[in-house]
Amino acid sequence: MDPLLVTIVNDLLLAILVGLAIASVRLPDLLGAVATLGAYSLVMAILWCRMNAVDVAFTEAAVGAGISTVLLLAAISRIGRHERRTPRTVASRGRSQLARFGAIVVCVVTAGALLYGTKDMPRVGDPSAPATTHPGVAVHYLTKSAGPEGEVGPPNVVTSVLGDYRSYDTLGETVVIFTAGLCVVLLLRQAQSVRRRRRAVEAGPELQR
Amino acid sequence: MLEFLLSHYNYAIYIALMMIGLYAILARGNLVKKIIGLNILQTAVFLFYISIGKVDRGTVPVIWPAGERPPGFENVPYENPLPHVLMLTAIVVGVSVTAVALALIVRIKAAYGTVEEDEILEADELRDREGDA
Repeated sequence: MDPLLVTIVNDLLLAILVGLAIASVRLPDLLGAVATLGAYSLVMAILWCRMNAVDVAFTEAAVGAGISTVLLLAAISRIGRHERRTPRTVASRGRSQLARFGAIVVCVVTAGALLYGTKDMPRVGDPSAPATTHPGVAVHYLTKSAGPEGEVGPPNVVTSVLGDYRSYDTLGETVVIFTAGLCVVLLLRQAQSVRRRRRAVEAGPELQR
Repeated sequence: MLEFLLSHYNYAIYIALMMIGLYAILARGNLVKKIIGLNILQTAVFLFYISIGKVDRGTVPVIWPAGERPPGFENVPYENPLPHVLMLTAIVVGVSVTAVALALIVRIKAAYGTVEEDEILEADELRDREGDA
């Protein structure tokens, strides 16, 4: 495909991403915000697919746009879908205005520092970028991993790196998922018992009467 | 200067996405909105990493057996697979973070009856004052 067309389509996707991100942050209806976030993840997956990161793209489509959205929806079904927009008291209004101002200052300063940092970055797609040409990592994986005489075997280099060269990373990831699952189960059981106790306390006086 | 801007504006867009997420984390009072911001920030960092692995005219890093590549594509480079692997791990860890955070929010809702930051702080202050009295 014509490189200019590739750039235009990618830029269009990036513009859609920025729009979806802003919409997701601004929407007062949490259900809408979560749906927009799902769309954001999906557009991100399309962009990664176009950048030839197919493994990452389908993981994002399944996990980022799928499981994350389901988790958020499940949480919203328990806590209600509407964000309170108007501050309740004068004091909390002052506090939220201060928080907004502080957040803008922090964001501008951070963005400035990061933009300054990009000065030394190679351009996107530069074939002579250090990350791409380092002989010990990317070049080694691409030239030595695949094939019957290769160090690992599978033709997909991402599979080889994930399951062999960096298998300890993957083991650590599994530990993280296990721990997170454990935390979620414990927290939700606790929340359930708290809710039950609350209901008992609220119903208490009526029972006594 | 113009050449630099044309070749580096992608980074500016990634940073803009990151800052949208960071702003939501800092300024939004609703805890679910903070999680949404965290997700946006996270995904923008992933995008930055994936773009590091991009090579001009590159293709998916699945290796063709020697001499069997389709004619006309013999010299197409492969993308750098390392950022892809790192981001695969990060996506899954990110979802774990989201899950734990949402469970905490459900727990907070059960304990405080609200997920708005200022109301939670008010309830805490009220309880502290009652504790002193």
